[in-house]
Amino acid sequence: MESIIEFIQQPWPWYVAGPIIAFTMFMLLYFGNNFGLSANLRTMCSIIGGGKSCDFFDFDWKKQTWNLVFAIGTIIGGFIAHQFLSPDTAVAISESTKANLETLGIANPGSDIAPMELFSFDALFSLRGFIMLVVGGFLIGFGTRYAGGCTSGHAISGLSDLQPASLVAVIGFFIGGLAMTHLLLPYILTL
Amino acid sequence: MKFLKYIFLGVFFGITFTKAEIISWYRIYEMFRFESFHMYGVIGSAVVLGIIVVQIIKRRKMKDIAGNEIVFTPKEFTIPRYLIGGTIFGLGWAMTGACPGPMFVLLGNGVLAIAVVIAFAVLGTFVYGILRDKLPH
Repeated sequence: MESIIEFIQQPWPWYVAGPIIAFTMFMLLYFGNNFGLSANLRTMCSIIGGGKSCDFFDFDWKKQTWNLVFAIGTIIGGFIAHQFLSPDTAVAISESTKANLETLGIANPGSDIAPMELFSFDALFSLRGFIMLVVGGFLIGFGTRYAGGCTSGHAISGLSDLQPASLVAVIGFFIGGLAMTHLLLPYILTL
Repeated sequence: MKFLKYIFLGVFFGITFTKAEIISWYRIYEMFRFESFHMYGVIGSAVVLGIIVVQIIKRRKMKDIAGNEIVFTPKEFTIPRYLIGGTIFGLGWAMTGACPGPMFVLLGNGVLAIAVVIAFAVLGTFVYGILRDKLPH
């Protein structure tokens, strides 16, 4: 038993994670639902009363309760993995990525799951932290609903069903992601 | 009780996303710099298996747990909506290193500042809802 837990505590390779994601999509289809997490953001808008001022949020959100429950499950899963299954939270990113981040002033890249100097409430009072958390969050929410889905809805569910629309969306994800990583982040991180 | 299966599936998903480092800002940054195969392996193998799964469901006309046939509704194909919306999403994804799944998993990992990202993602979705009729789709 101990050796099993030790085995699980190591970082999981891509060929374990990818099939589990496909399995998750299949199970949600089998349960009569669809795999797409950004729908929860729309549901939250509806729950806090968005339907009164905008008909886009005037829908029967209770039919999406399963998705919110699933999201709560992922929070619990993250908690379990962090508390009991991750003795080491370092991420073994490539040496070239580390070297690049060091030139941008990120201390000890890969020593934790995210650069904590950017992902803290204190960071909100710095310009770069504010941009990354506030503007970043806004762009995700605005963009995902505009595109009608996020990584789960388009890149996994949509591409699995060979939807041309999802392929265009994923191309968009990469245009935006590459522009941010190569053109904008080098400036934002050094603000 | 009918929601219990979603909790279990979510827990399994959250553990996987943590242990495979999919929730890591560093992994997303590294992916967009093409300096590791890891994220491409995760997404690529999920999509290849997903295509097989969807084909099997369609050809066998599989039914869901309630006995209804599993149907896939094709998304209406236009370019602007998916390209512009997708690009805006991509900017945010690379900035925060999190998409709408991992942001919840990160909360469970104790990265509480991600709640700010979630709150502004909800606001972004709300603003889209208001501007929807004025945007090209």
